[in-house]
Parts: sequence; structure tokens; C-alpha cells
Amino acid sequence: MKILVCISHVPDTTSKINFTDNNKVFDTNGIQYIINPNDEFGLTKAVWMKESHKAEVVVASVGEAPCESTLRKCLAIGADRAIRVNTNPLDGFSVAKQLVEICKKEEFDLIIAGRESIDYNGGMVPGIIAELMSYNYVSNCISLEIDGKKATAAREIDGGKEIVSSDLPLVIGSQKGLVEEKDLIIPNMRGIMQARQKPLEIIDPLEVNPKTLSSKYEKPSPKGEVKIVDAGEIDKLIDLLHNEAKVI
Amino acid sequence: MAIVIYSESENGKFKKSAFELASYGRALADKLGLSLMAISINNNEPDLLSNFGVDKLIQVNDKELEKFQVNNYSKVVSEIASKKDVKILLLGSSADSKYLAPILSVKLHAGYVSNVVELPESTDPLVVKRSCFTNKAFSYVNLSEKINLISLSNNSYGVIENPKKMEKENFSFSADKSSLKIEKVEKVTGKVTIADADVVVSGGRGLKGPENWALVENLADVLGAATACSKPVSDMGWRPHSEHVGQTGKPVASNLYIAIGISGAIQHLAGINSSKVKVVINNDPEAPFFKAADYGIVGDAFEVVPKLTEKLKEFKS
Repeated sequence: MKILVCISHVPDTTSKINFTDNNKVFDTNGIQYIINPNDEFGLTKAVWMKESHKAEVVVASVGEAPCESTLRKCLAIGADRAIRVNTNPLDGFSVAKQLVEICKKEEFDLIIAGRESIDYNGGMVPGIIAELMSYNYVSNCISLEIDGKKATAAREIDGGKEIVSSDLPLVIGSQKGLVEEKDLIIPNMRGIMQARQKPLEIIDPLEVNPKTLSSKYEKPSPKGEVKIVDAGEIDKLIDLLHNEAKVI
Repeated sequence: MAIVIYSESENGKFKKSAFELASYGRALADKLGLSLMAISINNNEPDLLSNFGVDKLIQVNDKELEKFQVNNYSKVVSEIASKKDVKILLLGSSADSKYLAPILSVKLHAGYVSNVVELPESTDPLVVKRSCFTNKAFSYVNLSEKINLISLSNNSYGVIENPKKMEKENFSFSADKSSLKIEKVEKVTGKVTIADADVVVSGGRGLKGPENWALVENLADVLGAATACSKPVSDMGWRPHSEHVGQTGKPVASNLYIAIGISGAIQHLAGINSSKVKVVINNDPEAPFFKAADYGIVGDAFEVVPKLTEKLKEFKS
């Protein structure tokens, strides 16, 4: 079987977010990049399936040259080869369109993309790919078993989960739960050395008009000082929550 | 042309978010001089929606739609939206609505923007404000397609009553064949979910072990709150993943968020930032959470929380 894992190259979770150029551009100064955590849960699952399902694992990312370091990390973790679509990602729709081009060429049995990226939080790439390919889609996927051409998956819903079955090909929106945090693979030296030899193909983008445009950014307004209530004066806290904050 | 909202139901009743979405839709329809239509599926009390400014309700009652099968739901919603010449389709932020939205955006050739937190900054061009970088920032997004889809963050607009004489129309649906089958739904009943909760009580590593969670649960019971936890707590298996809130977990946008024994890592704070009022209880006065909170108590959770629970019980009665 053949698996595509779509990878987003995102600022590290501890990053301080700033903007430049009149708040029009994300300030990349001093930012460390990582594999989008939701994608990494999916990648780990795919790498496991190399053993269990003799799967070939392809990773793809839409981005300019700097995202190659993230793709190399995916190769070090265990992906077999990587594809980079050489363009600046503009919106969720255009990213999905670029990835669909790869899906049309290669015929994957399973397509995995994080349920959302932690930078723009669009939460749309896997769903749009699925619909453009006319494949079934399971979002917020927290477990997946594949037997022949059949998949059984669990989707996290508000207050529980839902077990679904579907024929392949299938698209899933991966997240924590598909594998656990402790399962994430830290590349070893051998993996890193091998990754240098693995193919990383750079392809030209399709011409796509984005459907949305981020015109400017804004940071949340600074918060007032915290009001500290003495541990012996619980009544005061209740009074503040009732009369001042009006939340109870 | 119309503004159309997809009003979510559960067990035949509208979710609270349906009323918020209708309130938002009404304000948007007034701005644009359009009418407001709502789609409801298998709802037993459809008239309730007339209190929140809906001009017309399109109702679908069909056994095939008993379970939320996304292919069926996206088919029926997109069929109605196209037939009614939708200009803006509004959805909520539940797991189901966020599942539906990207699929609908393709079916309707629409622009789609999620996590919207306010009424549009301008309507021509259409510019909306949304949260991004997991609540560490907002972006203003221009939407220029003929049809656009907006998903509104829960609890960002509020519910505004505005009674209307609401027309009703039935719509009939036929399902396509699909290999996607819902085999089983496992849902905790009688418990408030994080997505729907007005109040969330959350515990961290400071609680020392899963055996101490009664502390969190008792306080949550008194407040009718959902329970949540920090990332280390779910990673160690003290609590299920579904309770993990933060950057890689669930976002929280409650009115009140109470953090017990959570130090306040930047990833955690990002995830809960849209909550309106934050209370922290921690024995470490240097915990970063105190910088993000509105109210704080420096003290031992094992002493403070039971007292707070007792006092709240008295206050509520």
C-alpha cells in the first residue's frame, strides 16, 4: 500500500508570535520550525505501517526551500521519499489543490494530513483534498486499522468518539490519539544519515488562485494585572466572579 | 440571495451554538440587507429558532440523517444552500461542523474561513477577523468568492433574542451510496462537553495523580462545568486525551476557565486564551499562569479547592 503524509512546516510551539511590515507579514526572525504536531502523529502512524502493511510512505509539503529541513526530518523519522511543491503556501484551498495534483499522479491508498496546522489553524486541507479527490474523509482521527481494502477509524467528537468504516482510498485528519506523544520517533544518527540519501523531489506548482487572503494581523490586546485573592478569603473570589466578572 | 446558517441539533434539540449562530447571522443579514435562512435536520422543536432572528427555516426530517454521516450531511446542506442562492453560509465550531465545512466549501466552490470571532470588519469587500497561531494572534481575511463559508468560534458573539415570524419549508433528501459507515457512537451522556461548556475546570500535574481528580470533578459538578486537563496529565494517562486542552489539544472558549495546579506553559495558555475569565489556583506564585489569569489564589490546591467547592455550593443554594 501507498501512503501520503502531508506536512506543514510550522513555528515551534513555544514561539513568540510577531508581525512585521505594518502587521502584514509574520516575523520569522528567531523562529525555529518543526513538523506540524498533528502531521507528526500521522507520520508516526504511517511509519509503523511500513512494517505492518509493507507500506511505502511519501511525505509532501507545499513551501519554499526552508521547509526542506522539515521534510528531511520526516525522512529521518522513516518516510521513504519526499516531495516539495515549490511555492509559498497562500491559503488552505491552494495548498490542498497543490497536494491533490500529487494525489492524482500517484494513487495513494491512504492520505494523511494533520487535522489543522498550529500556525494558521485553517483546519481544511484534509477535507478539501478528500472532496476534490471524491474520497471518503475522517476528521479528528484517533485510531485507524486497515485490513486489505477496508479501514476502520475512530473520529473524536464532542464528548466521545465515533467508530466508522470505509473502503480505501481514504483521507484522514490526524491528531494526538492516532499515536501517543510517547510514540513519536526521535530520529537517530542512522536515520539522519539515511535521510540524506533518500529522494527529495522538487516540483513546480500548479497555477491556483487562492480563495482567501490574509490582509493583516493583530495581537490580542494586553491583559490587565491578575487580582490575587488570599487563600483564606475564598468568599472574596466568589464575590468577584459573581459581581465583577459576572460569570457565576 | 440569502445568508444561510446550518443550525446544529443533538437528540432532536438545537445546540446552544445554533442560537448564537442565528444571532450572528441576523446581524450579518441586516448589514447586507439580506434575509436569514436556517437549515435544521431532524429537529423536534424547530420553532425555537424564530426567537433569534431567523426569517425562514428549511427543515429536513429523514431517517438516513439520524447519524452524522458527513457525505449525507454535506450533500443535503449544499443542495439547500445552492437552491436558496446562498451568499454566506454560516457554521458553528463543533467537531461535526468543522468536519462538514471544508467539504461544503468544495461542493459550493466557496471561500472558507474558520475560527471567526466577530462580525465582518467590512462587507464590501468582505473582511473577517479570525484567530490564528492558536489564539496567539488574529488575522483579517479577505473573502472574494461569490459564495463564502464562515465558521464562527463558539461563544464569541453571544445569543441575542430577536423574535421573527418564521416561515417553514420542508426539504426532502435522498442519500448517495457510500462506503463510509458509522458503526458505533460512544458518547458520555449527562456530561457537559468542553466545546459546549460555559465553565471549564481544568487540572494539571500539581494534582499529583489521577486518584485526586475528585477535586476537579466535585468543583465542576457544582458549577455545571466540563472537566479538562493539561498536556502532561493526558500524556501520563491520568486523564483521557479528549480532556487535553491547549495547542495540540482542544481549544477552550468558555466564559470561565479555572486552572488548578497548572503552571501555564505557553502552549496551554494559547489553547485557553479565548476563555473570557481565567482563574488560577497554584501554590507557586511564580507560575506563568498568574500572568495570563484574571484572578488567582496562591495556595495548596488540596486545601483551597475543597473550600471553594463548599462555598460555591452554599452560594448556589
